[in-house]
Amino acid sequence: MKTLWRYSPLLLLAIGWEAVSRFGLVSSLALPPLTSVLAAWWDLLTNGELINNAGASLYRGGTGLLLSILVGSVLGVFMAWWRPVNVLVGPLVEIFYPMPKSALIPVTVIWLGFGDGSKILLIFLGCMLPVTIGAFNGARSSDRTLVWSARSMGASRLRMMWDVVLPSAMPELLSGIRTALALTFILLVSSELIVAQKGLGYLIGYLGADGAYEAMFAVVLTVAFLGFAADRAYQLLMNRVLQWRE
Amino acid sequence: MKQPSQLTAFAWRLAPFFSITLLLVAWESLARSGSFTSFVLPAFSAVVERIWNDAIGGDLAINTALTLYRALTGFIIAAVGGVALGLAMSRSVGVRWFFDPIISVGFPMPKIAFLPVVILWLGLYDLSKISIIVFDAIFPVVTATIAGIKGVERELLWSARNMGAREREMLWQIVLPAAFPMIMTGLQVALPLSLIVAVVAEMLMGGYGVGGAMMTASRFADSRGVFAGIVEIALIGFVLVKGMTLIRRRLLVWHQEAMEPSTA
Repeated sequence: MKTLWRYSPLLLLAIGWEAVSRFGLVSSLALPPLTSVLAAWWDLLTNGELINNAGASLYRGGTGLLLSILVGSVLGVFMAWWRPVNVLVGPLVEIFYPMPKSALIPVTVIWLGFGDGSKILLIFLGCMLPVTIGAFNGARSSDRTLVWSARSMGASRLRMMWDVVLPSAMPELLSGIRTALALTFILLVSSELIVAQKGLGYLIGYLGADGAYEAMFAVVLTVAFLGFAADRAYQLLMNRVLQWRE
Repeated sequence: MKQPSQLTAFAWRLAPFFSITLLLVAWESLARSGSFTSFVLPAFSAVVERIWNDAIGGDLAINTALTLYRALTGFIIAAVGGVALGLAMSRSVGVRWFFDPIISVGFPMPKIAFLPVVILWLGLYDLSKISIIVFDAIFPVVTATIAGIKGVERELLWSARNMGAREREMLWQIVLPAAFPMIMTGLQVALPLSLIVAVVAEMLMGGYGVGGAMMTASRFADSRGVFAGIVEIALIGFVLVKGMTLIRRRLLVWHQEAMEPSTA
């Protein structure tokens, strides 16, 4: 009941949407009624178009994000624990971090073409630095006394990284990954809107160019919902992983 | 412990330039080695030459000015609107009731997916580009403003009220300044976001602007033009983000964070 009350404004918005469109306050071309959007969504779901394109997007986003987490966290930890790496890589990170990553869309197309490869590379490049910076800040702030005692107890350097540095870097690393997750969706949808032959972003552009606005709205809402759901799921996971702190 | 000599200290300060030079030299020699075609990787010198020609021809000024204009206008509207909305949500129960679920559900959504809808409603010109930027950049500002106001210490409010501050004075002299560091953090998220969205909007809608110019270049297989665009937009991003850090340090001299060792 409480959640219903909390989210009732969203319900109001949905009813308002349906009403302005049904009563002809705005053209149903500009804003098709919510119910017809839902019907179009059902059609897209049953004829497999939604699933196919979502699969392509998920594969690209998942692979790119995973690569960026792997490479980014290793790079960040190394930067924190090895001064030459920091001196060499740090300035590059500082220069490329503020760059609007969407500018890389045409370059990745030049390098890898219109398919999956260019999207994966784009997401990997765009998401790596937030992860790197999260891992770097986290690992740098790990407790020196913990590290010293681990070393004096004879832990090898690698062992110490895994058992001491990584856990204490976890909170910052995880919040870096959360930024990367949001960026993944932005870059994925943008690149698919601009150049692609499949994927949810492509489907939005294709349906829009076709004048199938009900279906276009349906896919836009699907993408928005997926982004929201991914963030919520990640937050749950994050709380799980960080339970040991307290 | 031995003091590091002046020479080593100097060497460490020079180090950042070393790696950037290394990157540029690697780029140039890789491009000239012939292992890549000039389409895949144009030489750095060729890209610089291209930017120089654009600068003389006037295209550079038009494109960067338009991109900056769109991104900054969107950012400023999002900043003012976001702080106002966050303030209204902190003060009025009704506003909070209505907007809280919208903000918390809308924040993690990829708003860029609504770009075709915005084009459908507002056309292909600046209005729709700036609208999508505002739509994207306002969320971090609202959440940061609410968090900042929530974090204002009670004692501050009590003592101000005790000393007879009126509501208006409370707002401008106590609440907003105390929430300001947090608001600034929200703005520092919103600014790069505005640039990202500006570039995407320009790429999708074409026309002038760095994003549009890059798209035109890539359609004509003019990869020098594409790389020139990247270098330009990277410089713009760097200058804006660094400028924001400087502004923060300037404006928050009174805050204790200015005393802490900074990493930026």
